[in-house]
Amino acid sequence: MNHRAEPMLADPLTTPLEELDVSDPKRFEYDCWQPLFKRLREESPVHFQAESPAGPFWSITRFDDIVEVEKNTEIFSSEPTIAIVDPPPERRSRMFIAMDQPEHDVQRRAVQPVVAPKNLQEFESLIRKRTGEALDALPEGETFDWVELVSRNLTTQMLATLFDFPWDIRHKLSDWSDAVTSDERMTAGQGLTQEDRLEIVMEILEVFTRLWHERVGDDVESFDLIRLMQRDQNTANMVDDPMNYIGNLMLLIVGGNDTTRNSMSGGVLFLNDFPEEFARVKADRSLIPSMVSEIIRFQTPLSHMRRTVTRDIEFRGQHMKAGDKVILWYCSANRDESVIPEAEMFQIDRSGVRNHAAFGFGIHRCMGNRLAEMQLRVVWEEALKRFSDIRMVEPPTRLCHNFVRGFSRMPVQVTRY
Amino acid sequence: MPVIKFIEFDGTEHEVDADAGMSVMEVAMKYDVPGIDADCGGGAVCGTCHCFVEESAGPLPAVDPQEESMLGLRPDREGNSRLSCQLQVSDSIGDMTVKLPEFQM
Repeated sequence: MNHRAEPMLADPLTTPLEELDVSDPKRFEYDCWQPLFKRLREESPVHFQAESPAGPFWSITRFDDIVEVEKNTEIFSSEPTIAIVDPPPERRSRMFIAMDQPEHDVQRRAVQPVVAPKNLQEFESLIRKRTGEALDALPEGETFDWVELVSRNLTTQMLATLFDFPWDIRHKLSDWSDAVTSDERMTAGQGLTQEDRLEIVMEILEVFTRLWHERVGDDVESFDLIRLMQRDQNTANMVDDPMNYIGNLMLLIVGGNDTTRNSMSGGVLFLNDFPEEFARVKADRSLIPSMVSEIIRFQTPLSHMRRTVTRDIEFRGQHMKAGDKVILWYCSANRDESVIPEAEMFQIDRSGVRNHAAFGFGIHRCMGNRLAEMQLRVVWEEALKRFSDIRMVEPPTRLCHNFVRGFSRMPVQVTRY
Repeated sequence: MPVIKFIEFDGTEHEVDADAGMSVMEVAMKYDVPGIDADCGGGAVCGTCHCFVEESAGPLPAVDPQEESMLGLRPDREGNSRLSCQLQVSDSIGDMTVKLPEFQM
């Protein structure tokens, strides 16, 4: 179910490396990226590419090298952006994922309580109820889109809860999430132009500025992300710095949405591709928590993050210059056989299953990782209670995107017990 | 052989003989002491082996900048917070009492 017809892409094994675009979104759309990254890990693990739609960049493809780069935040900065493409300087929003210490720590600490495990325990029963309702409403005996009715539906509800966002327009959150990660330079021209994207960013800012002013100073007992920022002295005036406010909003909207959504869909694909693993988890649901980590590794919903070199250095024998872009390919790290044996296999109870690269490492490690794991765990606990089978009836449609690894459509049928 | 007493957040105690050369995190994993996740496997890059060292017979090594960075993001950080993957069991540190936090993140 994994492979659609591939377009005419250069052969990743015989083409000279310098002629290949490591960032080509088509390889992700057709799920044929693995051989190129395997070759890079073996032949050129710290690899310079002189030209691409996003300009020149280095690719880091080995697991251990990515950890080293992420630890060294002085040389490998997260500023000015963690995207492979640079926004024009006058449109540079500021989000804490793209800040170095100490400012990063201050802003992250303000919103972190929303995903602290203590808070999550209170969310869990709500998530379980909504998940059950969504699964009970699925049609039986006919084909439907799992992406739309399950993954997108549930992650949108969760994100609306995290923001205490108006329920009747919550679909906007998912639309915005898709839009802000959509850049024509990362999608082989399929994404939005910078002008269209700017229009959506302004709409997000307008809606959230209104929500900020409605809430400021109220006594409502709520752990939503807006009130958390308002009630932390370090971020209490965030609304007055629109480029910082919109930056953090975009970060939280994308971080709490695309990633979990696509892992929720990915799980269905992997259980169809590895039916013996599906049989095992159906027989023993105590394997679900471990399976969730394996789904996240196998999906790696964000293929990479970017760092920027702050001064000339030598790394693994390569000379990097101040200002160079460095792309950390998490998808490749998660297939690195030197750390993850039989990495191309989906094994729901592999040893060290939590030790994957999908959340990143160091101070920028995914803030919502425990929430994401809980959402996925609840989906599978509730789905396996209800369904004896979740069968993919056609190959899924994948995003043509070099950052967000995911699906736009996944036709499935379910069979109830 | 040093003895480590782990105390879970709910007060449950686990007293184990620790092998010199292992980290406190690895000792907890070896004896299935709940409360330490150790997502990254020991590289001080995830912060999910956070613990509080209540007592140690000998002095502990200093917190290095990487450990400090990760501890700095823990909402429940205390003065005796450490990443257990960065503490090697040794005769010079000797016996330890280690409390585990309410959650890892």
